[in-house]
Amino acid sequence: MFKLSDKILLLCVGEAGDTVQFAEYIQKNIQLYKMRNGYELSPKAAANFTRKNLADYLRSRTPYHVNLLLAGFDETDGPGLYYMDHLSALAKAPFAAHGYGAYLTLSILDRYYRPDLTRDEAVDLLKKCIEELNKRFILNLPSFSVRLIDKEGIHDLEKLMPVGAK
Amino acid sequence: MALFDVSGYKSHSELRGQILGTGVGHLIDRPNQQFSVPVGVDPSGFLKSCSREGGVSIDLNHGTTTLAFTFRHGVIVAVDSRASAGSYIASKEANKVIEINPYLLGTMSGSAADCQYWERLLAKECRLYKLRNKQRISVSAASKLLCNMMLGYRGMGLSMGSMIVGWDNKGPGLYYVDDNATRLSGRMFSTGCGSSYAYGVIDSGYREDMTVEEAYELGRRGITHATHRDAYSGGVVNLYHMQEDGWIKVCKEDVSELIHRYRKDMF
Repeated sequence: MFKLSDKILLLCVGEAGDTVQFAEYIQKNIQLYKMRNGYELSPKAAANFTRKNLADYLRSRTPYHVNLLLAGFDETDGPGLYYMDHLSALAKAPFAAHGYGAYLTLSILDRYYRPDLTRDEAVDLLKKCIEELNKRFILNLPSFSVRLIDKEGIHDLEKLMPVGAK
Repeated sequence: MALFDVSGYKSHSELRGQILGTGVGHLIDRPNQQFSVPVGVDPSGFLKSCSREGGVSIDLNHGTTTLAFTFRHGVIVAVDSRASAGSYIASKEANKVIEINPYLLGTMSGSAADCQYWERLLAKECRLYKLRNKQRISVSAASKLLCNMMLGYRGMGLSMGSMIVGWDNKGPGLYYVDDNATRLSGRMFSTGCGSSYAYGVIDSGYREDMTVEEAYELGRRGITHATHRDAYSGGVVNLYHMQEDGWIKVCKEDVSELIHRYRKDMF
């Protein structure tokens, strides 16, 4: 998870090396924009900027093989989640997942997500997803770090550590 | 394997010797059952040449979602109805549950041809068992018969993932049998390429003491959400309930109507 600004987080997964390189490149460029222009990019603008960079490198000799989730809170538009894949597709979505875990968790999110979830309900939904991974996923993933973005900024929530399978 | 030899089963390497030896070869899976095949036939090699790597592209029908789970009041079986050949939808209302007898059901996923053939053969064997022994076959034995059929053709490119569901003297039974000759007894299974999505929904909503209506809804939800995310599953949900006095067909509902109903409650 990379902090692009006070209210924007970038989650980056994919090829080793590419992930950190690309994410830090985006991170520094977002900060440069703030320094040059005096104000921060909105989450929507940051997402489109990231996508453009990914697309520009796609047909070069050195494409970045990374999958991204960009999450941010805009003063006017409210919270926003942007799903980006390694082919530089961009979609705004109410919930999203990358990787093999997505095969197990997307249906749980489809089933239980509502736009008017409270904060506790949302954390419970996340717990449901992690319990499912703990039960059915072949790799053992002992702990998950959780962050929340709201109008006050980025908050670290309690680490989720699923205990033994039932 | 010791048990394999003791049971008098012919391994398929021996069969190969028979095939190459004589002019007309025979694939034998039991003494009273034979296939005539031309000399030098090699099914798994042929299938490899038909795949994308071989140049030609004949995709077997692999797309599906099926699920089954036991609970206090029996076993729920739910399947989708889409038959796909690569990216072409060959049928939107294929029947993926075979009603072997009033107390036994079999589900189908993988290659449609393999499933239909071998499960109908299983139905024939179950009927013969009943005629010979004056007693209905147990779920355990029926699943073992299917498993042994798969064992006879191991390595020859069969593709079948099926669940045998029934109610016998030992109570409700649920077995998973596949083309590797894996046979597992359990309380919840889901097969097909949409299975991971179905597991997500039924794992999070399952309780052993559900009411019958809640279990129906869970089965419907599992298939519907899987068809929503998996491109190769769709059509209608065929829902069966295995009870003590036999199975009943609960419903047959279109998944697009179901998903719209669920979305409406959500937003």
